[in-house]
Amino acid sequence: MDAALDSLYQEIILDHYKHPHHAGLRDPFEAEVHHVNPTCGDEVTLRVHLSEGVVDDVSYDAVGCSISQASTSVMTDLLIGKPVDEAMQIHQTFLELMQGKGQVEPDEDVLEDGIAFAGVAKFPARVKCALLSWMAFKDATSQTLSKETS
Amino acid sequence: MEGLLPELEIIRKDFPILERQLAGGLPLVYLDSANTSQKPQVVIDTMVDHLEHHNANISRAMHQLGAESTEAFEAARDRVAAFIKAPSRDEVIFTKNATEALNLVANTFAWASGELSVGEGDEVVITEMEHHSNIVPWQLLTERTGATLRWFGLTDDGRLDLSNIDELINERTKVVSLTWVSNMLGTINPVAEIAARAHEVGAVVVVDASQAAPQLPIDVVASGADLLVFTGHKVVGPTGIGVLWGRREVLEALPPFHGGGEMIETVTMARSTYAGIPHKFEAGTPPIIEAIGLGAAVDYLDHVGLDAVHAHEQAVTGYALEGLASVPGVRVLGPLDAASRGGAISFELDGVHPHDIAQVLDSRGVAVRAGHHCAKPAHARFGVQASTRMSSYLYTTPAEIDALVEGLNYTRSYFKVG
Repeated sequence: MDAALDSLYQEIILDHYKHPHHAGLRDPFEAEVHHVNPTCGDEVTLRVHLSEGVVDDVSYDAVGCSISQASTSVMTDLLIGKPVDEAMQIHQTFLELMQGKGQVEPDEDVLEDGIAFAGVAKFPARVKCALLSWMAFKDATSQTLSKETS
Repeated sequence: MEGLLPELEIIRKDFPILERQLAGGLPLVYLDSANTSQKPQVVIDTMVDHLEHHNANISRAMHQLGAESTEAFEAARDRVAAFIKAPSRDEVIFTKNATEALNLVANTFAWASGELSVGEGDEVVITEMEHHSNIVPWQLLTERTGATLRWFGLTDDGRLDLSNIDELINERTKVVSLTWVSNMLGTINPVAEIAARAHEVGAVVVVDASQAAPQLPIDVVASGADLLVFTGHKVVGPTGIGVLWGRREVLEALPPFHGGGEMIETVTMARSTYAGIPHKFEAGTPPIIEAIGLGAAVDYLDHVGLDAVHAHEQAVTGYALEGLASVPGVRVLGPLDAASRGGAISFELDGVHPHDIAQVLDSRGVAVRAGHHCAKPAHARFGVQASTRMSSYLYTTPAEIDALVEGLNYTRSYFKVG
């Protein structure tokens, strides 16, 4: 039974949970969104700052379980400093891993610490936890991009 | 342990799912009965027997099966009426669940004319410990009619704050709707006392008995309610069936909810007249098998005896409160004495999120609920995002509480807390 639990709660996840990276809300930002998981009440407020096609900053204030908190932390590590297009590709890769029911082999070159979430995909009830802030990032980035073009 | 059902082992054998083994060959420790209860064999058999031997639509089939099906369905109504001591079987209306029953009531108040009508200047009073299903329908009603929604606050130990009752329930109050037993805090509310004040000002009292019906003997008249709802699946019955009981005068004064077959007296292209209660509120083919299953379920509970079930719940709840107090970092939300609460106990464990607690417990076969339990305002009142909830029932053993407590200690070590 510990093996099943350990596949979910990888050390990397617990480390990010206890010591989240890039936490807190910062200026400047172009869009701020608030997303909730209606089934459990987990919440994230997330800001995105884009500059010349690059994700300059992702800042956040979040409350939730270890999976959602660690996922947010890992996401900021992965996306800050990346060109928007590449960030969106990483987003897509992480989404496919989470929706893969545990059948998708994670790509460590793309997802780095994110591969630790491969085990989460086997727990359908927790997939939404892992995706909460990723969906918030996508929303905030889309809002920013549509503001720029309008 | 005093108060436990003397035939607990026999009762457990009535519930086949309790034999179930989970992943890794672990026995099931089911502590989520406030969410939905498990079903005894007699309920399962009654439903299967009806499907195998008597299935037909009710009240409209002129054949033997139709007569048998109608008789079984109406017999279920009799059993439910006896279960809640309703003065008349016609006052028992079958709905889909408690949520639908509450929406029926809130909507028909909006459509009512005369004394029951709710409109601008009127007030509806609820409480901060309600399930979302006893909040949102009233928000919709008051938003649509221009009435004002007000509510009782909570004390720090999770009881209703009645200090302003005479101001809160006043001559403008048309409806007071409250839960009998909180699904999150476990609190048993003084329904009769609040109903007495509501009746002084002529308000109608609606009681959500979804958590009370499984574990307290119910006498609808003595309760003080004018309307009372509960759901089948928490009283060892199936899903898809709920109950609205109402005093005859109130039900007769309210307009129909859904229009359709069964609820009419006669229909012309221009207008219709409506059937009397209960059929006025039962449009369309009802959940026949589910109603019959509910009849068997309340029969089962009556056979065990609700006084005995309540004593068992109190004994197990008291034992669980002691066990939880022994785990460092646990904070129970709601009253700490078993006598004034039901069998649902929500708690926090310092340093571990409820999702993670539930996940670790599940890996040990212990099923609990984690989240806001459809009571976000009550959580917000205590500054809590989410909680873990264990809930016992007539088949719960002290050994299962021990498994929970051990699981919580294990959770602390797994997450290296403390």
